[in-house]
Amino acid sequence: MLGRITLAAASFILAGHAAGAAEIAISCGAVGQELALCRSGAEAWAKKTGNTVKVVSTPNDTNDRLALYQQLLSAGAADVDVFQIDVIWPGTLGQYFIDLAPYTKGAEKSHFPAIVANDTIGGKLVAMPWFTDAGVLYYRTDLLAKYGLKPPATWQDMTQDAERIQEGERKAGNDKFWGYVFQGKAYEGLTCNALEWVDSFGGGSIVDGDGKITIDNPKAAAALTLAASWIGKISPEGVLNYSEEEARGVFQSGNAAFMRNWPYAWSLGNGADSPVKGKIGVVALPKGGPDGKSTGALGGYQLAVSKYSKNPTIAADLVVYMTSQAEQKRRAIEGSFNPTIPVLYDDPDVLKAVPFFGDLKTTFVNAVARPSRVTGPNYNEVSNAFWNAVAGVLSGRQQAEAALKDLDGELADIKGAGW
Amino acid sequence: MADRSELTRTRLRSAWLFMAPMLIALALVAGWPLLRTIWFGFTDARLSRPDAYRFVGLSNYLADVDGRWIGLLANRVWWQAAWNTAWFALVSVAIETVLGIVVALVLDAKFPGRAIVRAAVLVPWAIPTVVSAKIWLWMLNDQFGIINHILMTLHLIVVPVAWTTGTTAMWSVIMVDVWKTTPFMALLVLAALQMLPTDCYEAARVDGVHPAKVFFKVTLPLIRPALAVAVIFRALDALRIFDLVYILTSGSRDTISMSGFARLQLVDFAKTGYGSAASTLLFLVIAVVTVLVMTAGRVRLSGDAAR
Repeated sequence: MLGRITLAAASFILAGHAAGAAEIAISCGAVGQELALCRSGAEAWAKKTGNTVKVVSTPNDTNDRLALYQQLLSAGAADVDVFQIDVIWPGTLGQYFIDLAPYTKGAEKSHFPAIVANDTIGGKLVAMPWFTDAGVLYYRTDLLAKYGLKPPATWQDMTQDAERIQEGERKAGNDKFWGYVFQGKAYEGLTCNALEWVDSFGGGSIVDGDGKITIDNPKAAAALTLAASWIGKISPEGVLNYSEEEARGVFQSGNAAFMRNWPYAWSLGNGADSPVKGKIGVVALPKGGPDGKSTGALGGYQLAVSKYSKNPTIAADLVVYMTSQAEQKRRAIEGSFNPTIPVLYDDPDVLKAVPFFGDLKTTFVNAVARPSRVTGPNYNEVSNAFWNAVAGVLSGRQQAEAALKDLDGELADIKGAGW
Repeated sequence: MADRSELTRTRLRSAWLFMAPMLIALALVAGWPLLRTIWFGFTDARLSRPDAYRFVGLSNYLADVDGRWIGLLANRVWWQAAWNTAWFALVSVAIETVLGIVVALVLDAKFPGRAIVRAAVLVPWAIPTVVSAKIWLWMLNDQFGIINHILMTLHLIVVPVAWTTGTTAMWSVIMVDVWKTTPFMALLVLAALQMLPTDCYEAARVDGVHPAKVFFKVTLPLIRPALAVAVIFRALDALRIFDLVYILTSGSRDTISMSGFARLQLVDFAKTGYGSAASTLLFLVIAVVTVLVMTAGRVRLSGDAAR
């Protein structure tokens, strides 16, 4: 027994020496705080282990990032060892990543089981959950108090409240004020927003778990019709070209009453230089009418190790460190990134920094997943068809019913004989 | 052929020898990828499994599967992209040609500081498109953009305009393209203007001909060959527009170009086969337009010469 341990220790030391001080390239974040937090985390690991890290900047737009990854990986490039991958990508990119299970010592068991299942492809743990995300509703606590309103329970309430606040604020002299901003640009973010509207009305998730196309239904049409009524009324027409950061720009400069965004906007909105610091509240997204449900699109990122990496063992060690409970706690406190480890939602330090994590735990656990698992490699095409249909409705070019009927046919074409 | 002298043959041989490196390089960097793309257009290759693909004939272009037409030619997004591209090329090249001539005429006149103005006009063309498109995107932003701010201050508009969405999106792309490429047109026209003989102008001045008439009867016919070349260049360039559309507008089908469509299939959907077919079709469209315009242009040029 003792001999075996010594041997293991010796081989561990040898392996450590043999690999020397490796340089691990990690792709994470693109701009601002997300990049800074990744860098500080990776550098802490480098200091601890004696390796060096190189943080590779990638495009901020998730579609562009996937395109870059696909080209790098299908060319077998060893330039990047650790990839930050979106929750919808394990199915598309899983074949290029190593199985992390031998390195984690069972650490994945402390994470949300649904996310671990999402990251397990064909029995292989191709990625470790890093942070999760769900769409939430931001509101201005000071303005709701001023107009005697409570956070809206349904989208219909939100529409009315937004209208009222917008009217009042414009009369008070801010003619740039808008009721509601969200991500309306034709890209993956619109798929998330629209899926939330549809799901909150009980209109399903585009394609159901068995691969059946379900999007052409009256509830989905009602959801999109309501959303289309916002454009030009409580949302600027420019919202049709907004992604997350453009929406945050309007809200954070104090020009919007409500905003749909991911949790990352919380710590930025409460930053020292933010005009709306201390005036922000967060609730779960509204229901689609009294019979609807409160939902949020499941987002978030995982870390994976490329099978072309020259130092897979060391890279896997970095992934284990970055996804550990201590590092996730730091990221939750400093950047309001949602941990993927449930016990952190009861951690007093985390709740002090981000109070809404406790209230919204159920939202994060029950978030609606985009149909990426069932549609597999066709997901991008499905999502593209969906956001284009929604964009057509939002811009008023097509009625929701007609757009969904067309979309149904288009998805059937993409599906062909099967996903 | 048989009576070729020894000298001619030696010369021919060395000519081929000197051209060989260029021909080999061209075949490697242009010919081979082109042939590969055309070949992939007949397969069902995907980026995720680059080596496992089947030959599928013309079904990427058009095929009847159980009474349902599939393939590019039955894809309404492809036709939308083709229409968007054609519309963009027509409108932007037309505006650029007219503006280019105007700018060239101004630059051709003698005035103090002409050299500086000539250099300054070229600045938009010299900035990399990605950079200028990003700058324009911010200037056109509906909430923070300077364009809306100026127009509102001048009371030309009441509410901010969302330039890069909806019906104004294509016009924004055209406007930025005009801003960027008019200097190129102006430069080519200016070069032609500087070569013009001065005697006809002196004769016109002596006869007291109206300047507008001089322009249409003398200048325009004389610069037409150069103008035709410039228009061909621009039109071919405009037909493969990608970067401006990609950066300025969102990924919606309202503004997607043929190149954008091919990229979408190749990169975002990882459909190497289908995307290659789209690229091949784009290549064919441009080739056909080139041949048409060249033929039309040459007929007119020889007609001019005969007159």
